[in-house]
Amino acid sequence: MLKIRIIPCLDVADGRVVKGVNFVDLIDAGDPVQAAAAYDAAGADELCFLDIHATNENRGTMYDLVSRTAEKCFIPLTVGGGVRTPDDVRALLLAGADKVSFNSAAVADPDVIAAAAERFGSQCIVCAIDAKTVAPGKWEIFTHGGRRPTGIDAVEFARTVAAKGAGEILLTSMDRDGTRGGYNIPLTRAVADAVDIPVIASGGVGTLDHLVEGVTQGHASAVLAASIFHFGTHTIAEAKAHMAAAGIKVRLE
Amino acid sequence: MRVALIDYGSGNLHSAAKAVALAGRDLGATVAVTADPVEVAGADRIVLPGDGAFPACRAAFDAVPGLAEALEGAVIRRGVPFLGICVGMQMLADEGLEYRPTPGFGWIHGRVERITPADPALKVPHMGWNALRLHHPHPVLAGVAQGAHAYFVHSWQFNVARAQDLVASVDHGGPVTAVVARDNIVGLQFHPEKSGALGLRILRNFLGWAG
Repeated sequence: MLKIRIIPCLDVADGRVVKGVNFVDLIDAGDPVQAAAAYDAAGADELCFLDIHATNENRGTMYDLVSRTAEKCFIPLTVGGGVRTPDDVRALLLAGADKVSFNSAAVADPDVIAAAAERFGSQCIVCAIDAKTVAPGKWEIFTHGGRRPTGIDAVEFARTVAAKGAGEILLTSMDRDGTRGGYNIPLTRAVADAVDIPVIASGGVGTLDHLVEGVTQGHASAVLAASIFHFGTHTIAEAKAHMAAAGIKVRLE
Repeated sequence: MRVALIDYGSGNLHSAAKAVALAGRDLGATVAVTADPVEVAGADRIVLPGDGAFPACRAAFDAVPGLAEALEGAVIRRGVPFLGICVGMQMLADEGLEYRPTPGFGWIHGRVERITPADPALKVPHMGWNALRLHHPHPVLAGVAQGAHAYFVHSWQFNVARAQDLVASVDHGGPVTAVVARDNIVGLQFHPEKSGALGLRILRNFLGWAG
């Protein structure tokens, strides 16, 4: 049986982790490569690097970082931030990423998902969707870090990119992100139930119960979190034990 | 020991190469990421990765002059141990049905067909960690426990024609082929280079296996 995945997400800027990572054995807590290796050892199921500045100038820094991570970390690595074209996907895959995530570029033109999936396969094409609640049961996509409304319905867009060949959706609630108040469960469930592909819940985790809710109530296939792991509030093992106790199937070895 | 990791333009070769190199460090393995038929023909172990659609992988493989002949000469005629990963495993089949019927190598009989979970709530791609059910012992799976988890990401699976070629499977709304083997040939549907300590152990077993 397929297990629910726990995915720590590292925000990276100029080759450094932006939010703190609190592992006792890290010499340099700002080094994403060390953090990635530590999360691999701790039992994380996948990792996500989000290049939050993603300018052309620091693109080379990201490729180097991904390449060094692939030497130390033997779980899947998704990289997102500033990905615009299939050539960007190729460069990241060659560097050592396993999946690449589109965001604003897919909102601007969903056909970029189709072009990338056709060339590299759906299995490595993730579409990140950042959504805000605009009315009860209605969510709109925002781009540029949540600053720019698009008028696009998030659930409808999820169906579109799934049909275009995205292999997975990384769904972030802009309302909840950073609040520690829990995932936006109605949004997560609406998207997860609307598409056949896996949905990763993101945005708002503050407790281990939130991870459980993302799966049991949100119907997510994977749960992403940052601060509860980075700041040492909880370990991956604690998160998995808590989810297992709630009846969720997780990888425990 | 020379390991040829075949580069035909498909998938993430970097992480596969790093994992094979690490797994083979104590065996003195050197990994060449190559499409050169001479290097493939002279290798002691051959790894064929593969990501993406079956027809695209097959076309890219066939586009390298002399590669198919070199691979067949090494694996079929000289018995060099061979490991196929993901679509590199699926290409062992007689035929793949993704997009359109496309011939495989026909080294292990069967067809590559879409995963159709009996439970419609189960998602495709089959993406994530799943527990292996081992059907037969195999040297490449030495030390791998029943129920150990490996990382999968695929929408199509290799349905083998002969039960003895099926070494391990997983459940995703029905059986999904995980490991196939015949003679000196092994195929893994999952990604050993992304399956943590279990994956590195399997790669180490493969490199130490004489076929």
